[in-house]
Formats: sequence, C-alpha cells, structure tokens
Amino acid sequence: MSDSVPRGIEPTGLQDLYRELILDHSKHPHGRGLHDGALAQSHQVNPTCGDEVTLQLQPGADGRIRKITWEGHGCSISQASASILASVVDDDSPEQLSERIESFRAMMHSRGQLAGDEDLLGDAIVFQGASRYVARVKCAMLPWVAAEAALSGIR
Amino acid sequence: MTHEPPLPLRFWAPLGRLACDMERHTVTRTGEHVTTSTTAGRTPVLISDSYFERLRQDFPLLEQSVNGHPLVYLDSGATAQRPVTVLDAETDFLLTRNAAVHRGAHTLAAEATELFEDARATIAAFIGAQPDEVVWTSGATEALNLVAYAISNASLGRGGVATERFRLTAGDEIVVTEMEHHANLIPWQELAARTGATLRVIGLTDDGRLRLDQAEEIIGERTRLVCFTHVSNVLGTVNPVTHLARLAHEVGALVVLDACQSVPHMPVDVAALDVDFAAFSGHKMLGPNGIGVLFGRSELLNALPPFLTGGSMITTVTLESAEYLPAPQRFEAGTQQVSQAVALAEAVHYLNDVGVARVHEHEQHLTAHLLSRLAELPGIRLLGPASAEERSGLASFTVDGVHAHDVGQYLDDVGIAVRVGHHCAQPLHRRFGVTATTRISTYLYNTTAEIDFAIDRLATVREFFGADDDGANA
Ligand SMILES: Cc1ncc(COP(=O)(O)O)c(C=O)c1O
Repeated sequence: MSDSVPRGIEPTGLQDLYRELILDHSKHPHGRGLHDGALAQSHQVNPTCGDEVTLQLQPGADGRIRKITWEGHGCSISQASASILASVVDDDSPEQLSERIESFRAMMHSRGQLAGDEDLLGDAIVFQGASRYVARVKCAMLPWVAAEAALSGIR
Repeated sequence: MTHEPPLPLRFWAPLGRLACDMERHTVTRTGEHVTTSTTAGRTPVLISDSYFERLRQDFPLLEQSVNGHPLVYLDSGATAQRPVTVLDAETDFLLTRNAAVHRGAHTLAAEATELFEDARATIAAFIGAQPDEVVWTSGATEALNLVAYAISNASLGRGGVATERFRLTAGDEIVVTEMEHHANLIPWQELAARTGATLRVIGLTDDGRLRLDQAEEIIGERTRLVCFTHVSNVLGTVNPVTHLARLAHEVGALVVLDACQSVPHMPVDVAALDVDFAAFSGHKMLGPNGIGVLFGRSELLNALPPFLTGGSMITTVTLESAEYLPAPQRFEAGTQQVSQAVALAEAVHYLNDVGVARVHEHEQHLTAHLLSRLAELPGIRLLGPASAEERSGLASFTVDGVHAHDVGQYLDDVGIAVRVGHHCAQPLHRRFGVTATTRISTYLYNTTAEIDFAIDRLATVREFFGADDDGANA
C-alpha cells in the first residue's frame, strides 16, 4: 500500500473548482453586514453541512434593488458565491435580479456544460467549474436561493 | 486471509444440494485460492499492519482509484465496506434459498427460516445475548425509534397492567447526553413531547468526555430512561457504560445504549455491560444496508407493547383486536429482510475470524498514530480526548481558516474519503463552538500508510486555501 500511494502530486481538478477569484472572495468577502430597512430578507440553511446565509435586498429608487448585503458562514464556495452575488447586483430591477438567478441556476445545474452568460452573471461565471462537482452545487446556490426567496417576498 | 466459509458447510450440505459449495474456496484479488478454516480458539498473536494489509484483498472496492489516486477509505464510521464473503452470502441466499420467513410450509420457506434464525443466533452470541433478545430492524435508527414508540404506546395504556412499568407521564425524566447522534436524541425528544416527560442532558467536558459529576446529579428519582452512546461517532470517546448503567439501575431507570460505533470495532457483551436495550446497524460492521439490531432484555421485550403492527407478529386476530407473539417476533411485523440478516451473520463470522479484539487493537494502534501525526500539524484543533485511551478509531477536527467541506474536497482530490459536516450531531458541534468538522474514521482494513498519506495531504490544506496568510477568515 505504502508504495502504491503516490505522494506530492499537485491538485489538478481542484484548480477548476477553487478558482483564484473564488478563493479571493472567500477570504475577502464583499457585501457583508445586515442593515435595518431592507426591502426583504431571507435566511437559508444547507442542512447537510449547516452552512447558512442571511441575505438582504437593500432598497433603491422605484422598487429597485440597490444592492445585496448578507451575513453567514460556510465553505469557501458558499461564501464566495454570496460575495460575488453581492458584487454583481447593482441597482437591479426585481426582473433583472430574477433573470440573473435563473441564469446562475441553469449554469450550476449544467454539470460544467454551460458557460455562464457574462452579461448577467459577471464574475459569477467562475462557478462553472464548481457545477461539475455535484456535491458542491448546493453550496454555490445557497445565497442565490436566499436572494430568490427574498425576492418572492416583494413580488 | 483465511476464514470460515459462509453458510454451505453448516446449512446447505444436509440439504443435499449444491455439493460443489462444500468445496468452495475464496478467490482473492490476487487470484490466490485460499482454503478456509476457522480461527476459533487460536491463541492471540501480535498482529502486524501487514496482516491487516492482507485483509484488504477481501475488499475489492478498496482496490479502485479515485481521481487518479488509489482510494484511501477513511469513512467507515459512516458505512463500512464489505468483504466478498458477505456479498457472496447474500447472493447465494438469493440464488438458492430466497423465501419469506415464518410463513408457508414449503421447503424453501423452511430453509430460509432456518438461516434467518441462525443468523439471529450468530448475532446474539456475538454480543453476549440470547437469540430471543435480538430483534431485526432496518438499522439502529429504527431500533431506537422502536423502543421509543413501544414506550410511547405503553404510556397510552396499550398492553394493560403488564406495561405499567414503562408508562411515562409529566414529572418523569428521560436522560440523554450532549454527544448523541440525532438518532439517539430526537426519538427521546419526541417521546418526551408525547408523554409530558422532561428531557435532561448530561453535558461534556472540554476534552469530550461525559461529565460524570453531572450524570450523578441528573440521574435520580424521576429518571425513567437513560439513553447514551457507547462510543461517540464524532469524538471517539468510549463512555463508561457500566458506571452509567449502575447509576440508572439504582434509581430503577432503564438503559438504552447506542452501540453503532462500538459493536463493529470492539468486543461488546451486553450482559456484562448491564444495559437493557442496545441498537446497532449492519452496514457499519461489514454487513448490508437495511438490516440492524435491537437488543432488549427478554423480560422487557416480552412486556413491551409492539411498535409496528401487521403480519407475522400476531397469534389471534379478530376484526376488533389482535394478540401478539412474544419477542422478538412481536417487533418484526411484515416481510423480513432475510438476505440481509444472513449476510450480516456472515459479516459476524468474518469479524470473529479476525477477532474483534484484534480489530480493536489494530484501531488503537492506528488512532495513536493518527493523533500524534495530527498533533504535528499547525492550525488543527482536535475534538475529543487527546490520547488514544478510551477512544475509538476515529478523530474529528477543525482546520483553522478552512471550512470542513473544503478540507474534504481537498482530500478527495487525491482519493482520500473522509466525512465532513456535523455528522448528525449538531448539539455536540454547537457545544464545541463549531458547525462542521472533518472526520477520519478507520476500520480493520486501514493501514498506517494511509493515515500518513492523509496527514501529508492535510499538511498543505491551509496553504492551498491561503489560511496561513493574514486576513484569513473561516
Ligand atoms: C453513533 C451513531 N448512532 C446512530 C447512527 C444511525 O445509524 P443508522 O443511520 O444506520 O440507523 C449512527 C450512524 O450514522 C451512529 O454513528
């Protein structure tokens, strides 16, 4: 056994999952913090790992969503996903945000087949690699599901 | 690995069929044919790692590669892999003896029933119980719920005066511990909610042992049930069962032991431990899924009302009511999982052939090695006792700045399978201020080389995730 176990082999597929941008966001997350006066908020838990996120839609003019803020804890994928979602949303109409969420979901459920729509997803297209790791799709989806649930509260 | 052949010699031979099976040899992965023999009565010898390394040939699954690396399976605490003889025993049964048991008079049904009951006797002997004290269930979870619901039914008055001793009402207390798997916690929460009884909890010390001072305070006049795990599936702590059983019995309470993480890994004698009920699952002890065991002292099982009701557990049924068979059949309603029971008995033969005391010794050796190597790594926080004493062959830990899921993914990338998450023990994790841990759990087929490989990989996980830079954030 000891002879057959190769040592010192560098990660290969891992780089595709843990893209530099994802690791950066997980270490230096954007949009953290909850505030009074949010349009809507949602708390989501991933029951298999206990990761959680509380996400708020902050009000802009004319019923728009000025930005997203959040608090939570979890793995680097869920944390980076929340951070990138917060960095992508910028004075969105509810329809626009909803479109982003749908586009993200389609990419995440594609098992690596679908390159994300960069116009809608911005940096969130880096999660295409994660969509190949079936067990991690839920991690990436967690904040987007929270955004969707919050959105359904105002529509 | 040499060991006893499965069923053929004892059961199939007299039936005059399948004579070829009497000569059956085990073909190992290396193509070597080994004749089988029993090790019963063999004097213990010091077992080297290489002995256990050879056992791996009996587990074809372990030979595969994952992500281009040899699989290093360190998740037996969740489910164990099965030796070929166990798989064969189940297939052989299905190919030649499959029938519903305790029903029908045809030859096949009689043979299946005999094998089913013999499997019960095998399991009973393995844990120091009588055959009629072994109830087949689908697993430990069902076994624990069975006890909870039977007591619940008694509390509703089912079973008349005979079940009065089990009745719970407001003011009664059910004692559990903070280290329980959800399967040995939620059934008691629910039982308390249904009966008005109060749930009391024995807390933990910082090094993951039960607070025995608290146990002595909590277990008292009002205590009716004391439910705890023999071995924690997260901390590895081996609890002082006889001590707790004495505290419980002194006040007339019943003891329910979760033996999921002990029966597969160390000699367990339920009579010597003096517990009233014990539950464990086949799939954690080299056996199949869908089969588990509830041990109950015969006097108690025969006094309890049933939980699941239906076919095969009755004597007389009218349109209004039914009378029930004695235990264990009283608790085995419906068509039983016969091939799984037969295969579980084969798993027990396998464990007996190796010697469960040796399995324990091997795991102690692996654990001591694992703990000392983990202690070398900066940024690793071990949950549970720091030394291998009174500890089973598993270890859970956190990695500073890296979430358990990411640790698991990083290990999986080189073929190392570990469990990450809360391991169905959220209150325990909360007690230690974490939501998730990484757990390495070993069994008889693991080697120190595998532990070393996992530790060497772990040594670089913080660097990969940048957790040793400043600004790191878990
Ligand atoms: C300590 C403990 N109790 C109970 C269980 C539940 O066992 P099962 O899921 O096989 O019913 C497990 C395994 O997951 C366990 O480790």
